[in-house]
Amino acid sequence: MQTVFKKTPILTDAVLHYCPGCGHGIVHRLVAEVVEELGIQDRTIAIVPVGCAVFGYKYFNLDSIEAAHGRAPAVGTGVKRTDPNRVVFTYQGDGDLASIGAAEIVHAAHRGEKITTIFINNAIYGMTGGQMAPTTLVGQKTTTSPYGRDKDHCGSPIRVAEMLATIEGSAYIERVAVNSPANIVRAKKAIKNAFECQLAGKGFSLVEVLSNCPTNWGLSPVESMKWLEENMIPYYPLGVKKDITKEV
Amino acid sequence: MAKKLMKGCEAVAEAAIQAGCHYFFGYPITPQNDIPEYMAARLPKVGGCFLQAESEVAAINMVYGAAAAGARCMTSSSSPGISLKQEGMTYLAGAELPCVVVNMVRGGPGLGSIQPSQGDYFQATRGGGHGDYHPIVLAPSSVQEAVDLMHDAFDLADIYRTPTMILADGIIGQMMEPVEFHEHEARELPKKDWAATGWSPESGRPRAIVNSLYIEVDELQELNDRLQARYKIIRENETRAELYHTEGAEIIVCAYGTVARICKSAINLCEKQGLKVGMFRPITVWPFPEKELAAVMAQDSVKKAITVEISAGQMVEDVKLTVNGTKPVEFYGKPGSYTPTAEEIAEFIMKSREA
Repeated sequence: MQTVFKKTPILTDAVLHYCPGCGHGIVHRLVAEVVEELGIQDRTIAIVPVGCAVFGYKYFNLDSIEAAHGRAPAVGTGVKRTDPNRVVFTYQGDGDLASIGAAEIVHAAHRGEKITTIFINNAIYGMTGGQMAPTTLVGQKTTTSPYGRDKDHCGSPIRVAEMLATIEGSAYIERVAVNSPANIVRAKKAIKNAFECQLAGKGFSLVEVLSNCPTNWGLSPVESMKWLEENMIPYYPLGVKKDITKEV
Repeated sequence: MAKKLMKGCEAVAEAAIQAGCHYFFGYPITPQNDIPEYMAARLPKVGGCFLQAESEVAAINMVYGAAAAGARCMTSSSSPGISLKQEGMTYLAGAELPCVVVNMVRGGPGLGSIQPSQGDYFQATRGGGHGDYHPIVLAPSSVQEAVDLMHDAFDLADIYRTPTMILADGIIGQMMEPVEFHEHEARELPKKDWAATGWSPESGRPRAIVNSLYIEVDELQELNDRLQARYKIIRENETRAELYHTEGAEIIVCAYGTVARICKSAINLCEKQGLKVGMFRPITVWPFPEKELAAVMAQDSVKKAITVEISAGQMVEDVKLTVNGTKPVEFYGKPGSYTPTAEEIAEFIMKSREA
């Protein structure tokens, strides 16, 4: 018998707590597969956030550190600076990274910190029950924007990838989505590029992953993927925002 | 080694490096800037890393990361900055991570002043952040003592897996005094086999998870029981105090840090007028040296205690808890940054005796 598929050993056998249809599981697998393919398990440290991925340390079969809300890039900095040979990635959601941790992510990029950030943008706070995030779209209803996000009242959604791409220390920044098999394949390639950028010591790397939240969006998994495609991708265009390895 | 004239902040920084601390993360704030400045100059030369963080919040979280990776590391700040570090301090305590935090206390509340103060005693000794925890808190009263305590601070942090604080003040940080860097007796320290340094199935240890999240009630209970059991051992074994002329004294002055040195001068003035006054100076303010103070206060000669602080009266609560109503405890001091003179303290002591 020929084995055609095997779960990556960089994921543990723990049962994921994510809601049915949530994109976190896909992204966990992509990150784990990249760590496996690069052969860096024994020197990779996962920094997990506060948010839906708070239990990431149960799933990544890696030495892991749970950071305070938004502080993962600072924690990752502390780890990396004590031994530059370690591979450090932070896994953060949009509340964690773009709201409470905005300073930490901007300055990690600004220092050209040689870490990789996997940034899940699902336009909402998932873990706390569907509140408005900095990435919530204008007009989008959440539990704290019950009449739809009003940009005159609380601004327009932050485009994190574009913002960080303007920073000198950013070496590789790409936005991807996990709404279709083709986009998932592209997402994995982007994650691999980001880790390789870190391994080459080029600077800060981040992959923004547009993901879904069926539970808090009030949609079925299939509907949520459609919603992502029709509403998020037009506002958050996919693609490489910065790649210093390609610049002349 | 010959004595060297050094500014307190610089001496503290050098002592940390000599104690094996090669990682420093900080943010500028007066009156402790000489610590990060010294570290910025020295650490690259000893193969370490100094990094100026974007905020005190980031600095303490960098310490959290470095400590989680098993490195001897520290940060320093002054009162408003220490307030910002409290989030990190409680996570460090909850994740059982060792590190050293120096607080060169200045006047408060709010932005306060840049002069010395002792207004952060409650914050330092009661934990400061949320949840039931205590850092070990060491309070030097001279630059030399600050130097001597640095090595102990790192060792205690490692032994008990807890953040440890040096609670000094603007005077200690800014004044110059002759100091000597002694060879420290190497203590046996526990292996950091819990550190996140990279793992694979061949690593021969369990996967490291540095964490303070315990969502199940009984799991969180387990962490808290472990911490409280550890604090009990610290309370039993790690209290330190200096006694000055306490034997047969009528009045015991309780003071810590710089103020204790002024109190010594005040006591000398009182003694010239024939009054027997002694001083009890806690060196560890958490754990508070209860047994030591209780023994001093139990003497028949002792009529009362007077606590002197640059605060509205914070340590006086620990003194009262220890004395437990058996003898009167008075307080002298002002909140903010007013440093009393020896004459003022002596006058209060003399009047208190007559009262």
